[in-house]
Amino acid sequence: MTDFLNDWGIALMVFLPLVGVAIMMVIPGQEEETHKLIALVTSLGSAVMGVLLLQNFDYDRTKDLQFLVDQRWIEVINARFTVGLDGISLPLVALTLLVTPLVIIYSWNHIPDPGNAKAFLILMLVLHTGMLGTFVAQDLVLFFVFFEVVLLPMYFMIGVWGGENRLYAAIKFFLYTLFGSAFMLVAFLALYWVTGSQTFNLQDLAAEVASRDIPLRTQVLIFGGMFLGFGIKVPMFPFHTWLPDAHTQAPTQGSVILAAVLLKLGTYGFVRIALPILPEAAVEWAPWIGLLAVIGIIYGALGCLAQTDMKRLIAFSSVAHMGYVMLGIATLTNFGINAAIFGMVAHGLITGMLFFIAGSVKERYHTLEIKRLGGLLVQAPHMGWILGFTSMASLGLPGLAGFWGEFPAILAAYNPAPGLSVSLFRTYMVIAAVGTVLAAAYLLWLLQRTAFGTPSEEFAHDDHIHDTVFTEWVAWVPMLILIVVLGFIPSLIFDVTNAPATVVGDVFEALGR
Amino acid sequence: MFAAEAAETAVSWFYTHAWVIPALPAASFVLILFFGKRLPFKGAEIGITAVAAAFVLAVLTTFTWIGDVQAEIASHEEGTTTEEHGTTEGGATTEEEHGTTEEEAPATSEEEEGLASGEQAAPAAPVAEEEEGGHATRGAPILTERTWFSNGADTFRIGTLIDGQSVMLLFVVTFISLLVHVYSTDYVHGDRRYTHFFAFLSLFTAAMLYYVLSSNTLQMIMGWELVGVCSFGLIGHWWEEKANSDAALKAFFTNRVGDIGLLVGMITLYFASGKTFDVVEINSKAISGETSHTALLVASLCLMAAVMSKSGQFILHTWLPDAMAGPTPVSALIHAATMVVAGVYLIGRLYGVFWMGLSIPGSSINAMAVIGAVTTVGGGLLAFVQRDIKKVLAYSTVSQLGYMVLALGVGAYTAGMFHLFTHAFFKACLFLGAGSVSHACHHSFDMKADMGGLRKYMPKTFITFVIGSLALAGIPPLAGFWSKDEILAGAGVWPGTEGNGDYWMPFVFGMITAALTAAYMTRTVWLTFFGEYRGHAHPHESGPRITTPLIILAFMAVVVGFLNLPGPFVETLGLPAGIAHRFEEWVEPGGIASFPPIDHANPSLTLAIVASLLAAGAGFVVLRYYKALYAKDAHAAEYTDGLRSRNTLAAAGYRVLENKYYLDHLYTGIIAGATKGPIADAAYWINQNIIDGIINTVGKFSVGLGRFVYHFIDQGMVDEAVNVSGRTASGSGQFLRRIQTGQIRQYATLMFGSAALLAAVFIIAI
Repeated sequence: MTDFLNDWGIALMVFLPLVGVAIMMVIPGQEEETHKLIALVTSLGSAVMGVLLLQNFDYDRTKDLQFLVDQRWIEVINARFTVGLDGISLPLVALTLLVTPLVIIYSWNHIPDPGNAKAFLILMLVLHTGMLGTFVAQDLVLFFVFFEVVLLPMYFMIGVWGGENRLYAAIKFFLYTLFGSAFMLVAFLALYWVTGSQTFNLQDLAAEVASRDIPLRTQVLIFGGMFLGFGIKVPMFPFHTWLPDAHTQAPTQGSVILAAVLLKLGTYGFVRIALPILPEAAVEWAPWIGLLAVIGIIYGALGCLAQTDMKRLIAFSSVAHMGYVMLGIATLTNFGINAAIFGMVAHGLITGMLFFIAGSVKERYHTLEIKRLGGLLVQAPHMGWILGFTSMASLGLPGLAGFWGEFPAILAAYNPAPGLSVSLFRTYMVIAAVGTVLAAAYLLWLLQRTAFGTPSEEFAHDDHIHDTVFTEWVAWVPMLILIVVLGFIPSLIFDVTNAPATVVGDVFEALGR
Repeated sequence: MFAAEAAETAVSWFYTHAWVIPALPAASFVLILFFGKRLPFKGAEIGITAVAAAFVLAVLTTFTWIGDVQAEIASHEEGTTTEEHGTTEGGATTEEEHGTTEEEAPATSEEEEGLASGEQAAPAAPVAEEEEGGHATRGAPILTERTWFSNGADTFRIGTLIDGQSVMLLFVVTFISLLVHVYSTDYVHGDRRYTHFFAFLSLFTAAMLYYVLSSNTLQMIMGWELVGVCSFGLIGHWWEEKANSDAALKAFFTNRVGDIGLLVGMITLYFASGKTFDVVEINSKAISGETSHTALLVASLCLMAAVMSKSGQFILHTWLPDAMAGPTPVSALIHAATMVVAGVYLIGRLYGVFWMGLSIPGSSINAMAVIGAVTTVGGGLLAFVQRDIKKVLAYSTVSQLGYMVLALGVGAYTAGMFHLFTHAFFKACLFLGAGSVSHACHHSFDMKADMGGLRKYMPKTFITFVIGSLALAGIPPLAGFWSKDEILAGAGVWPGTEGNGDYWMPFVFGMITAALTAAYMTRTVWLTFFGEYRGHAHPHESGPRITTPLIILAFMAVVVGFLNLPGPFVETLGLPAGIAHRFEEWVEPGGIASFPPIDHANPSLTLAIVASLLAAGAGFVVLRYYKALYAKDAHAAEYTDGLRSRNTLAAAGYRVLENKYYLDHLYTGIIAGATKGPIADAAYWINQNIIDGIINTVGKFSVGLGRFVYHFIDQGMVDEAVNVSGRTASGSGQFLRRIQTGQIRQYATLMFGSAALLAAVFIIAI
């Protein structure tokens, strides 16, 4: 069993959804139920593989890559098929494995207009493969391919199943991300040539950069390319404007996946690639990343306060929340990186949940305009309370998952890695702490205006408005439970991420001395 | 391992399993949430059972603690050395670090023990230093902890801390919570969200107990915020009306503002104390001088912001009166007796930090004492102009919380804690009494319009309310008298008291408040219970589930003051010396490294007499005034309060008070309004028109360029990205569905090719 997992585990987990896609291709589109079933089964199959991997994962050496597979792939450019799992990728892989099946379950009776479950679910499965692949890839070219594979399905999802303004949003999303990717690819290739190492392997490259005397300026420029690629994906201020449009226009499922997993590809890229390979450049960039992060926190929150549309508000809140993640990363300390990874998972669960709720509200009220809503607690009490609970989680309430992404990030900023300006980062710390007040403000105002009060005349006697249905419960309950469990037992994630995060942090400790 | 086992046998089960106390109401919350509605009493029975069980455990813990402390004192008096005490208690975790010399204890390092045994219990750092006053080592905190999570090489632990302060609050919280539960079964009977109300009460009780038992500052932050959420939920219990949800939001926001201070302060302490959240360690390092004074000062000031918001200190108190929008039992439990004292509790928990950071000893002024002093007078004045009986009590709570903070600010630790203790009983009694009154008067809280003369209709409520008022006003020999007197003496300026400094300003403010309190409570009692009945209901006495808690609380308001009788008083009356300063012995630790060496002020008979006369005099004057006013006209106060219609200065003062010093205008109107309105809108405008404008312009330019290239140059060397946008922008939705794998490959090739080219250029350029 272990041998089998070592050789095939990751590959099966990543590519099983594509098998589902192949089967669905030959089944006619009218058989929607069959398609849903196949999609669910394959995503669950992938999840089962994932669970087996998690079970056989050696938690005593989370800093090492496990189930490592290193095969020939494109020999001309020395790109290899290298995949593996370690403590940094594990939580994100687990998050992806959880979210996709839940989204498929939610889709059971929520296929957005114009229908066509077959195409919709095929795209979902392709997306799944792309996301998982990105989190396990240990070769820059492979990483890049998976990173881009994600782009197209999401593009179609927004462009075909989206809202009124879907084409604009889809193209903006696609082009903007592609723009970043181009720079990222340039950076990857530059790295390849500058080191002259004939490899795209992440760990080898990190060693190569460390052993060779590459001018700092070159490193900083290469880091800049990666920064654009990852930063746009996160998205960091001021590259965030694609996000509200994409989220607002995307169908619920697209929004959930976008918030829960896609944004993390960017932050993951920083932790996995940019920081370990180019530590010296990271020290140069960190103050700027921290600056943009705290601007994002305040700015995203202010953006939220100005919104009149519930979904767009949630989208803006992502800008603020990812600001905390980036602040954690910018401190270049193990605490900050631990917080960042926790923040990624927590944000995935919480904001994913918020988008789920927004989707269900839209389905019932046919609008997300905040001033027309109100009294959700009267008409759909369960959903109202779930919204309340998730809002509390989102504003970083201790005892729920969001806190462990936010507070340690703020804490880490008190004492950034050696070589970074302490007073500057302490200023960031205070600004980030102020951001928590604004977060409470926009979330509770949202809650007050949508859930409290009494339903407006318009919807008071609408029989179409009903409480949470079965598929919603099935899709939501696991996420809600996880939000609570992670809130009280943060060690579930910290124990996994701590060792590899410390490896990254130690690099900067050593560098500063 | 051995140390841990030995410790477990030596330390009482109630200490090591204190976590059960918050766990009971927490379990009750979950049960009520899922099964409450299906039960015969709609979930109330679960809540009451759980809290009653928690109360029993808390009482047993309290008695165990008292027994242990008495034994420590006795062993000291018999001349037994403290070393022996140290060994019997077993491996003290933090001893090595604090450099205790007398004992080569089997104290393994914290991490090892934590990992090896998982759980452990030990008293922290009993230091054998004998103080000048001859205090024995007593009341050392007992920690029971297990590993929570780690970061790098640092391990964080979760657990409970048992000491006098936490045991005292355990008792108060479970006691009042139990009474409030019973009271609520009648008071909110038939409410649209009865079950939900009890679920939240349970959750609050659990969160508060969790906070009280926290052994580290991280847990304290958790508990702190969780009680805040329960407060939010219960203030907004009737959320259909916007005024209620507004009040709930206001409470949450104000507390969040204070939380900035809490987060920053705790973070500062964490790093300044060498990366630890451990309360005992933070205190010990602060007192020993290991932690830098600057860090302590910064942390103290930041934490004061948190205290100001949670414990309703000026200028962040404005949420507390609004919080009265919640059901009355909630006001009694959360916004009078327990949650609002969380801030005071925080100061006591980290007293070493504040002691050193604000340089409390030997000084005559500091931030904490000033905040407390201003609050106590400011709140007292506001209580005077309210016509809503709950608002009077709310401002009175603000004022009394100010007293507690003032006490801690002048170094009178026990006085502050004692006032917290006595206040919990008489204020809960008053709030529940106000609820009983409104129960009888068509759920109105308006004293001027709907009350008056109620003493005839509801004698039990009347008598208990009067007892509570007298206790609050500090009339001897009721509870409030003893605690207030101790605070005034603690300021150390009255001849012969000799506290920790010469705190003139807080002392004067404290004296003013003593008079004010008696005055506004007299006014309240008069308007409610005397004169003619002015309402239109048929007032009646409340049922036994309401009056019994009132009687119990009134009884407590009479007797709890005797727990801490001053020494000279006991001597003069010839009572057994042992009954003096009981509360102090039980609550205040002595001779340990994690608690500052406090000088106790001497009680002063003259001060007690003067303060009591002041209170009684003020009460008498007000009584005469209202008696005269209402003798002329039974509805006199409805259109005039006499003075202010005749004197412009009084009228102006009244206006300032009526507008609550204009703070609400500043917060809600100006700060929140600007953030929500112009500032947020401006940020969003920049987003849409500048940041996004650039993107859109670039996009449009690219599309234009694409068209240009396609139409005019027409060489097929078109950038793929522009191509896609160009064609899609022309409106072909079909196009989206047509892209196939072949084109992806083409796109990939192109992408790689052009990127390679760019990279080459890039490499050559640098």
